[in-house]
Amino acid sequence: MNKNDDILVSVEHLKKYFPVKGMKGPGVQAVEDISVFIRRGETLGLVGESGCGKTTLGRTILQLHQPTSGKIVYDGEVIYEGEDPWKPGANGVMQDVKVPKPRQANMLPYRRKMQIIFQDPSASLDPRMTVGEIIGEALDIHKLFESKTDRMDRIKELLSTVGLNTEHANRYPHEFSGGQQQRVGIARALAVNPEFIVCDEPISALDVSIQSQVVNMLEDMQKELGLTYLFIAHDLSVVRHISNRIGVMYLGTMVELAESYELNRNPMHPYTQTLLSAVPVPDPQLSRSRQRIILEGDIPSPMNPPTGCRFHTRCPHATEKCRGEVPEFKEYAPDHWAACHNL
Amino acid sequence: MEQERKTEKLLEVKDLQVSFFTPAGEVKAVNGISYDLNYNEVMGIVGESGSGKSVEAYSIIGLLQSPGKVVGGSITLEGEDVLAKTASEMVNFRGSQVAMIFQNPMTCLNPVYTIGNQLTEALRAHNKEISKEEAAKRAMEMLEQVGINNVEKRMGQYPHELSGGMRQRVMIAMGLICHPKLLIADEPTTALDVTIQAQILELMKELQKKNHMGIVFITHNLGVVAEICDKVSVMYAGKMVEQGSVDDIFYNPGHPYTKGLLRSMPRVDAESYERLIPIEGTPVDMLNPPEGCPFAPRCEHTMKVCLQKMPPYVNMGREHRAACWLRIQEEMKNRQEESETEGSENE
Repeated sequence: MNKNDDILVSVEHLKKYFPVKGMKGPGVQAVEDISVFIRRGETLGLVGESGCGKTTLGRTILQLHQPTSGKIVYDGEVIYEGEDPWKPGANGVMQDVKVPKPRQANMLPYRRKMQIIFQDPSASLDPRMTVGEIIGEALDIHKLFESKTDRMDRIKELLSTVGLNTEHANRYPHEFSGGQQQRVGIARALAVNPEFIVCDEPISALDVSIQSQVVNMLEDMQKELGLTYLFIAHDLSVVRHISNRIGVMYLGTMVELAESYELNRNPMHPYTQTLLSAVPVPDPQLSRSRQRIILEGDIPSPMNPPTGCRFHTRCPHATEKCRGEVPEFKEYAPDHWAACHNL
Repeated sequence: MEQERKTEKLLEVKDLQVSFFTPAGEVKAVNGISYDLNYNEVMGIVGESGSGKSVEAYSIIGLLQSPGKVVGGSITLEGEDVLAKTASEMVNFRGSQVAMIFQNPMTCLNPVYTIGNQLTEALRAHNKEISKEEAAKRAMEMLEQVGINNVEKRMGQYPHELSGGMRQRVMIAMGLICHPKLLIADEPTTALDVTIQAQILELMKELQKKNHMGIVFITHNLGVVAEICDKVSVMYAGKMVEQGSVDDIFYNPGHPYTKGLLRSMPRVDAESYERLIPIEGTPVDMLNPPEGCPFAPRCEHTMKVCLQKMPPYVNMGREHRAACWLRIQEEMKNRQEESETEGSENE
């Protein structure tokens, strides 16, 4: 097999709906029919506005959310497969149908291989546990170390990997700055020697001067430990920097997926073009001369998404076809995928 | 007339010092900041969290909360001393002369009153003679100006019924409804998505042109600064380390901190991968700031003098100055060379 095709994680037709109380139908359609794969050792970036489902996708892959339907494959093994319980009825309204129980693997062994780094470090660390306990808990759950000294050595080793002092193990999270807390969160994720890490906006809560430190550290670790990342962020310039490929999401669907600099040079989907032009560039002359595409209106509600292409309500090139038909997610150039009728 | 107003000075901040008296000791949150702002100008204030950029803005509008106190310096708006105003004078001053918009519109809009109610209240608080109908009419005009459609319906809605971008627009409308001369924007787009951020920045530029106001724009996003600002002040640990026009700051930065900030961001025009160059270390502990230059512990060019004395400002061009010993060293070298060449000519 070609090294390029060494796929670690793949999802097929993944859907995640959140039921809404007092509402008939599927509720919030946070992730709608997404198929994507991640190669071993690469970084796949995910960008999109808030509410587009990028975090939900990351968490559903890890099964921190129970998927509604679809298929998740990790390293050749199917860890989830379920049929879609929502089918359009005769009148076009989504109907709940009975489907067989989804096939689901025992997740505990996979939790060792798949980890997550959260956005807000102060909210994701238990304030009543010391940093040593937080990192050690992961080691205990998977029973990785028999002797106490080995366990302590590993905790110290992890702390120094992320650039903290070994005596910090006895401190509590509130004694650290935001950047340091995020390092603790990274050390916790690394504790069990994972292969795949979902980085859910790991730097957006940090100060500008600290962001680049953490980005560099994540890159170094990937090289050293051979990690695979799913990097979720809304800051396009950082995502472009760290990712090999970028997926652009809009309202629960993947609208474009391409190699990161290719996406920058040659964005195909009108939404990607808008997103790229909306990112403020730290260069005054360039930003004066640049032509921006400014979208009208706000992102529609995922509870009641537009028919057809979900972007058609804000798209400057929308046609009748876009309103009625869901565009297919196709490969238009080698490794450059998009979902748009006008391509 | 328009042309005249353009060059007139609107706001002058001189050697402003603000301290917080906490149980753990005095925190000098703002330590000697000076700048001028003219009509029609946007001044960007850049810095990390804790650098004192918001505290500085709060003292202009008199919203500094205990234990914070202005301990020195002056703030002058159109020749009037802002710090000398009494509490009741400040109430009138806020809103009519200076308005402020905040990062999170939800904390600034009252959740139990309708949009219309809050907008007309702002108007009628400053002008008792205005009738309810007249106020409602002006409020609707203002909402239209900030790009909200269906204004009659919006007037009766509550803040939670609006999206984030729309709430930010309402807050801008509320700030501008009494036609202030100065608008202070404290990270107005940080909580918004990029596409909505682009809309709001465009709107602010447009409104500024129309009303000829001055804007103090606080942000940590250098991209936004490049987009909207005319002048920039870079703050670090309560001190202004560099000040100049946007072009000066972006193309000819004089302070290592400014250079570091620019270098640590991924380049927009990068065609291939380049490793980021971060600023090492952590921000200053404001309770025990280092002696001398606050940036010295993180600076790659630290010299002995940096650890002992705060450097004075060096003029690097018209309106461009930086506080760094490196620049002083350069200046002295230049002068020496000049005098040497002069000396040799005399011989």
